Amino acid sequence: MVEVSTERTTTTVEYRAGEASIDFAEQLGTVVQHEQAELLTVNFGPHHPATHGVLRLLTTLEGEVVRDVQPIIGYLHTGIEKTAEDKAYWKVVPIVERMDYLAYYFNAMAYCGAVEDLLGIEVPKRAQYLRVIHMELNRIMSHLVWLATTALDVGAMSILWYGFRERDTILDLFEYSSGQRVHPRYFQIGGVMEDIPAGWEAKLRRFLTEMPKRIGQYESMLSNNEIFLRRMRDVGVADAETLQAKGVAGPLLRAAGVPWDLRKTMPYSSYEDFDFKVPVGTRGDNYDRYLVRMAEMRESLKIIEQAIDNLPEGPYITEDRKVALPPRHELATSMEALIHHFKLVTEGMRVPAGEAYHAIEGPRGELGCFVRSDGSSKPARVHMRDPSFVHLQAFGDMARNEYIADMIITLACLDPILGGIDR
Amino acid sequence: MLDVEELERLSTVVGGSDSAVLGTTLTSCRAELQVRPGSIVDVLERLRGEGYNMLMSLHGVDYFPEEPRLGVAYELLSFEHQRRLSVKLRVSLDTPNVPSVTPTWPTANFHEREVYDMFGVVFDGHPDLRRILMPEDYIGHPQRRDFPIGGEPVLFTGNEDGNPGWWK
Repeated sequence: MVEVSTERTTTTVEYRAGEASIDFAEQLGTVVQHEQAELLTVNFGPHHPATHGVLRLLTTLEGEVVRDVQPIIGYLHTGIEKTAEDKAYWKVVPIVERMDYLAYYFNAMAYCGAVEDLLGIEVPKRAQYLRVIHMELNRIMSHLVWLATTALDVGAMSILWYGFRERDTILDLFEYSSGQRVHPRYFQIGGVMEDIPAGWEAKLRRFLTEMPKRIGQYESMLSNNEIFLRRMRDVGVADAETLQAKGVAGPLLRAAGVPWDLRKTMPYSSYEDFDFKVPVGTRGDNYDRYLVRMAEMRESLKIIEQAIDNLPEGPYITEDRKVALPPRHELATSMEALIHHFKLVTEGMRVPAGEAYHAIEGPRGELGCFVRSDGSSKPARVHMRDPSFVHLQAFGDMARNEYIADMIITLACLDPILGGIDR
Repeated sequence: MLDVEELERLSTVVGGSDSAVLGTTLTSCRAELQVRPGSIVDVLERLRGEGYNMLMSLHGVDYFPEEPRLGVAYELLSFEHQRRLSVKLRVSLDTPNVPSVTPTWPTANFHEREVYDMFGVVFDGHPDLRRILMPEDYIGHPQRRDFPIGGEPVLFTGNEDGNPGWWK
């Protein structure tokens, strides 16, 4: 009995030693000569590994190493840009919101900003602050979904539930202030739809005290987790020059060490009033992308806190009656208000002819909206420069010459939203 | 934002000897150079020398019923000056050919494919000019202003033969 047991142990030890000496790293070198290479083309999808829509990847594999990857998109194309050309300006807001469905406040902001540029109207300070609060909540919400699904892709399933629990708290806040959990159509041209209701501030403050602790909990679960570190560090590395050539901005570029944030460098909607930092990475790997997004959530909380502390009094939407609906009570007493109301609801506003490109810092990068007006009450062209659409081009540079399992993590860390890509 | 002097200076620098710049527009929200389609690659290279090193977006516009109908806008961004500049060109439907900037600006790849898909602008020298959002066998360019909205037949196995559609 004893002898057998010893023999077994020795064999196991030898096996383990033999296993440890196998070095897969040499596979990651250069492509072997064509005669020896055994390249295999594998079709991924059409399916996003984290089910953020429908993406197809044509991967060329050599063993387990990805030698080339080609994204194929268009499966979710719904022609939103075309539909927008057939709608009055204010009716375009709810449909552009549906492009990138995790950044609806940002989509509305980019579009409203472009139309406001064309109209040349001033948005009241209170509306700008309310927009900032909602956009930063949206940024945290989007990063939470990113964190939840990315952690799920590395096998950390509990993070999925925690991330979605906090996301739900934010959606409750959205529901309370704007009536909808997603696609709320809260931002209007010239301001926001309604002032925040009574009691909302207290709910928001409860969230603001709770959330830093939650982020700390996620970080204590992930940041020093051996499995997580080995899956994330030095995986999907792309340097700043490559990313910039591919037009990448946002958290991906910041993780590669370029401190470019439109909120700081070209402020819009009163972002210059707030004190916040721009987190940057040093290596440009997936772990840096994770750290940058976690730090951004904390910075967003700081912005929200400052905005709600210093929320100015005043109107929440422009007083310009050619752009915004008159208050309900005026309709009973003022003929002019009734005419404005009728004109706005039936025809919509007329926007002076011209073109505008309004770019904001979305949760994924630069979200730009191009609007061309021909002087009528419908836009002649609406185009969204969606960050995911552009960033997907850099995916090959990140995933090439790495294991196919790491490609999934890199794709998750790229954070593409197919609704925004295909529009 | 750019001021008038800076835009005029840029248009002289960019125009060079081949008078590539056709006009400039400066509004409160947009600084734009209109250029000849043939010289777009040189123009963007000269602007890169002026610090505009990021091509953030590239999109098509249909100016129907104006002529030349199709427009392509290039949205440049300078990290150094923290400024934006737009470059625009116009081509007609008969010769919708524009030199591709993908070889010098890799980010233009998907954008140019989308403009080709939606407007039918042909980018000469593009490495892989295929449709990107619409099906590969689609006929027509749906973002053109004279392309009707709605009426897209839904393809089921039952109506493949009887339904007159875009796949024919």
